[in-house]
Amino acid sequence: MNLVFALLFYAATLILVGGVAYRIYEYARVPAPLKIPTTPAPTTTGGVVFRMFREVLFFESLFKSNLWIWALGWLFHVGLALVLLRHVRYFTEPVNFIIAFIQPFGMYAGFAMAAGLAGLWARRFLVERIRYISTPSDHLMLALLLGIAFTGLAMKFLMHTDVVAVKTFFLGLMVFEIHPLPAHPGLYLHLGMVALLMIVFPLSKLLHAPGVFFSPTRNQVDNPRETRHLAPWAAQLDSKN
Amino acid sequence: MADETTPVAVAPAPTSSPAVAKSAAPAKPKVEAPAYREFPTIPALQPDAMTGSNPFVAAAAHNEAIGFPGALLDGWEQKAVAKMGELLGKYRSLRVYMDACVHCGACTDKCHYFIGTGDPKNMPVARQDLMRSVYRRYYTLPGKLFPKLVGARDMTKDVLDDWFRYYNQCSECRRCSVFCPYGIDTAEVTMAAKEIMHTVGHGHKYVNEIIGKVHKIGNNLGLPGPALENTLEGLEEDVLEDTGAAVKYPLDMQGAEVLLVTPSADFFAEPHVDSLIGYGKVFHAAGISWTLSSKASEAGNFGMFIGNYEQMQKIAMRVREAALELGVKRIVVGECGHAWRVAYAFWNTLTGIGAGAGVGKPDPFAIQLQKQLDPNYKQPSHICEVTWDLIQAGRLKFDKAANDHRIVTFHDSCNVARGSRMGDYAGGQFDIPRNIIRAVANHYVDMSEATTREKTFCCGGGGGLLTDELLDLRVKGALPRMEALKQVADQHGVNFMATICAICKAQFTKVLPYYGFKMSMVGGVHQLVSTAIVLNNEQ
Ligand code: HEM
Ligand code: SF4
Ligand code: SF4
Ligand code: SF4
Repeated sequence: MNLVFALLFYAATLILVGGVAYRIYEYARVPAPLKIPTTPAPTTTGGVVFRMFREVLFFESLFKSNLWIWALGWLFHVGLALVLLRHVRYFTEPVNFIIAFIQPFGMYAGFAMAAGLAGLWARRFLVERIRYISTPSDHLMLALLLGIAFTGLAMKFLMHTDVVAVKTFFLGLMVFEIHPLPAHPGLYLHLGMVALLMIVFPLSKLLHAPGVFFSPTRNQVDNPRETRHLAPWAAQLDSKN
Repeated sequence: MADETTPVAVAPAPTSSPAVAKSAAPAKPKVEAPAYREFPTIPALQPDAMTGSNPFVAAAAHNEAIGFPGALLDGWEQKAVAKMGELLGKYRSLRVYMDACVHCGACTDKCHYFIGTGDPKNMPVARQDLMRSVYRRYYTLPGKLFPKLVGARDMTKDVLDDWFRYYNQCSECRRCSVFCPYGIDTAEVTMAAKEIMHTVGHGHKYVNEIIGKVHKIGNNLGLPGPALENTLEGLEEDVLEDTGAAVKYPLDMQGAEVLLVTPSADFFAEPHVDSLIGYGKVFHAAGISWTLSSKASEAGNFGMFIGNYEQMQKIAMRVREAALELGVKRIVVGECGHAWRVAYAFWNTLTGIGAGAGVGKPDPFAIQLQKQLDPNYKQPSHICEVTWDLIQAGRLKFDKAANDHRIVTFHDSCNVARGSRMGDYAGGQFDIPRNIIRAVANHYVDMSEATTREKTFCCGGGGGLLTDELLDLRVKGALPRMEALKQVADQHGVNFMATICAICKAQFTKVLPYYGFKMSMVGGVHQLVSTAIVLNNEQ
């Protein structure tokens, strides 16, 4: 089992990092031939950075469009972010003091995350419009994340596992050594689902995370009067004229 | 016949607001206006409510005239999928938007066509999914392996029919993009879908016919030069008679300071022509010499509606040529929504009109034009910017009381609101037209804030849908705007809705009667200017 999980995590990390890097490369390489910011849009680069900051940290547009989705989605993502930060302690020794500081918040964040996910999932059943657009994969994604959250919380509050051994296992992986993982069904489930999440990340709608930074309607400066914006393929058309 | 092609069609429609109108074309389904909703609740889904909407497929001649195959090609399925791949490599918007949507549903209730029809495929995300399902099937691993799981579909005739139907129920107004957490712009997807359909020989008749006319005759209405000249002379006589001032409406006047490019509906259709009269009065009062051009007698650029860069560029090029030939110092664009988006946001890119012509391969014509233009106005200006600048400089005088019979509101045209700007700060496109109205009229009321500025609802006729076979859709799509108008009409007695888009004007004249309003209730901002402006009457 130790070897299986070791290999699984090596593979998952490769796919996640390689896959997302490749997607980012693609998004960056494909040009945006026209100026299409959704106006009113910032007229300076600084303004665009600020707009993006508000979108990524506070989901500003979503706030304007639907308070329910915003509240549930924000709860989930902030919970997720804190939980992820809390997990950094499994990969570093000594533990950074910021990571140590957020440990207690991270614990509640797990509940926040689960609550947010449950609310979002409920919408997929209860709201007719959202039921209509949901595909099986939308449900599975939420099930997967909720599964991760539940098994994680269960290990914290119901059936403890040897977290010191878990930490030894992951620190070991980072220097290509395989240490024993506690034989704990909850842990196996938790880690298995995390690896699955990492694998599907670059193949699924989770690409919204890198995608948001590349959305031309949000990341373009509204300055078509000042500078000529020309994509390489469009410049070639020009020379034919 | 389509509104844009026959000026007369802009006129009569039943005035008494019957729910069902007599159909003009033989095979046309009935046109029904939805009832006003007491509270603007989100409609319940009515699956397939609009599957009966059948835009006319373009004939071979119309497709071929603008360089597309005449009819649906053999093996079109593969060709369509290949074209999609090409576009995914050319447009970052499409590339990112195909992946990024999380099906959160925030956009589902934001589209006026969904609100008016209840058809779930008119929810922006569902409209995108018509293409995303095909994208997933051919361009993603999960879609290749587990199509059912991720909602992937093969490219089949049924899918194509759905595309043709529902991508021709999107006015490319970008309201959905305002509300999406990633700014996903369904208009970009619609344009890509239309380009793919054109490439395989499945174009929309209305739009293709019009693009053909622009190239052949110079404008969307197909008005030849001599007819223009006649009309303009007629206008001069009318204005002289009305005001005693010899306002000129010049055509192809060499060496004029300003070239005005305006939608061709301004020459003929009501109420458009009243704004054209207004532009002329503004130039006259300010002592600015100006001209129209028979070559560029159309500001509209339907190339945008079909998402075709080459067409859009070709249509825009006429303006550069006309400006060079006439030797003007400044280019001004009249009241037209999508035309202003193209002029403001795209002309610099497409033709080098605007500062920065030096970027890319130096283009001698673009550089020549830069030298010719007044260094203060290298970029195109909107007629509202011109008028507002003159008002601020104290160069125009108004008798505001002349507009006292009107209680005015303003409809933000979506292409101006969400796709462009006026003035030198973000949001100037909202303030400048309102400032002008307040300067020329005493009674002004805004409609509900949920329906104005960047949240404005499309009139229901934009994006190349202003054609009779889609009238039912257009009437339904106007519902949210009509509700907002009804509110200010009931509460404040509003009796005039000003707008700065030729399509909005044509669309509203047609649909207002279905909602119990008079069609004369809509008009241009420069129609109000025209009413109030005080002209110096010396010859
Ligand atoms: C830059 C970072 C990110 C941003 C700005 C972001 C933003 C958003 C927004 C605005 C939504 C829509 C609202 C909602 O349904 O919650 C969303 C949905 C979602 N996000 Fe993220 N996200 C980010 C990173 C992540 C990551 C790292 C994951 C998971 C590993 C994730 C998983 C999800 C899921 C599963 C949904 C769909 C929820 C549903 O089905 O309703 N996100 N995200
Ligand atoms: S662009 Fe406008 S018409 Fe098209 S889906 Fe979005 S809101 Fe609807
Ligand atoms: S708001 Fe954006 S992400 Fe959400 S469903 Fe609509 S298009 Fe997709
Ligand atoms: S016609 Fe007017 S409101 Fe409608 S799409 Fe165009 S600009 Fe928008």
